Amino acid sequence: MERSARHTIVFTATLCLVFSLLVSSVSVALRDRQEENRRLGRIKNVLAVAGIMGPSERLSRAEIQARFDAGVVPRVVELASGRYLDDVDPLAFDPRRAARDPEQSRPAQANPAKVRRVPHHGLVFLLVEDGRVQGIILPVEGYGLWSTLYGYLALEADARTIRGLTFYEHGETAGLGGEVDNPRWKALWAGRLAFDEAWQPAIRVVKGRAGPPLEDPYEVDGISGATLTANGVTHLLHFWLGEHGFGNYLAEYRRELGEG
Amino acid sequence: MSKPREVLLDPLIDNNPIGLQVLGICSALAVTTKLETAMVMSAAVLFVMVGSSVTVSLLRTLIPSSVRIITQLTIIASLVMIADEVLKAYLYDISLQLSVFVGLIITNCIIMGRCEAFAMQNGPWASFLDAVGNSAGYGLVLLLVAALRELLGSGRLLGVVVLPVVSEGGWYVPNGLMALAPAAFILIGCFIWVVRSVKPEQVEEDFYVGALPEPGYEGDLR
Repeated sequence: MERSARHTIVFTATLCLVFSLLVSSVSVALRDRQEENRRLGRIKNVLAVAGIMGPSERLSRAEIQARFDAGVVPRVVELASGRYLDDVDPLAFDPRRAARDPEQSRPAQANPAKVRRVPHHGLVFLLVEDGRVQGIILPVEGYGLWSTLYGYLALEADARTIRGLTFYEHGETAGLGGEVDNPRWKALWAGRLAFDEAWQPAIRVVKGRAGPPLEDPYEVDGISGATLTANGVTHLLHFWLGEHGFGNYLAEYRRELGEG
Repeated sequence: MSKPREVLLDPLIDNNPIGLQVLGICSALAVTTKLETAMVMSAAVLFVMVGSSVTVSLLRTLIPSSVRIITQLTIIASLVMIADEVLKAYLYDISLQLSVFVGLIITNCIIMGRCEAFAMQNGPWASFLDAVGNSAGYGLVLLLVAALRELLGSGRLLGVVVLPVVSEGGWYVPNGLMALAPAAFILIGCFIWVVRSVKPEQVEEDFYVGALPEPGYEGDLR
């Protein structure tokens, strides 16, 4: 029905006020729980790549947290020197946010992984059992065909053998590049070597099939129809294992391992 | 006003929003690869549709007609944002899979269609029934399509293996087409075909572009 202009203005103003209050109070009330979900989501990916949690296992929030606390120690490292930083709280450190912050990152040199900015600090997860490091998990990211792939690479305690690789976020074509999520393809990584004898990053995704890990340690089967995504995976691993990524940290880790 | 029973049950088959009116197709393509996501999506649409229809109906004598569409949109968009926040807090994994499609409920024509066509003229109880009926009609198609797509595309239902697939040691070769959006088009097409074969009164009259109207008819030529 037709109303006076006054009625229309009062009505719309009240409507907007009431609904904005409603939406913002719901948002505020649920924010902590959502933040917790995102954090647990990241932890779950770490557990999955470490092999502490099976791919189809469904765990409650408390169980996820308990397994993480029992076996995983997050540490912040300075990428340039490769040293651990004890004054930065790893639980509060978000490497993806740091990479966007000009204070905490620098532009990367042109690289085939198309990583644009590198944070000064990186987050690593150590798998610890009985006080000894059993494995290292490194966050990796880089460009595939359409999208940036975000994931984790898990190494054994020798910092050379691959324990697993997983991507938790990407926008590659389902069925082609999206097959980087395929559990059978991911299973091909375990036991292969990330570095060659001279500690240069050597692992790469080939076209076609690679041999078994012992005979063909530096190569992983390609994904048919997804050569560009697979090349992206090779590039991003080489970037993060190299000197601009976690290369210095891993060198420092090996030095300490040799001394200890 | 028609009878409450008709208001509730009519949209299931006789006046199904997807089947007869062919609305809400976009989300029906996107969220039906798995039954679980389709269930959550249907529940979210039920919540938004019931909430907005009842609210619009309660406010119908106050809503100035000059701003009624944007008023309905404000109500719908607020409810969608609330639904999205709740999903992110309590069903985090599924909300990741639904991604933008929860937000896109705002643009689901079925919901605004019911507000504008029904709730603006009817009381809250009738609008409630109408909203439940229409979201059930939408959900019915969504669940049907999703069940077929998940079963034929990955051999599972709700994540439980029903047809063991070859790649995991079974015998069923999954139909890859079912995992892609076009499969939903084909299945919805089949649904509409079956319903219209059983109920021929749903078939629209043939329409030809450029067909001449009755002699002497001057209106609606544009």
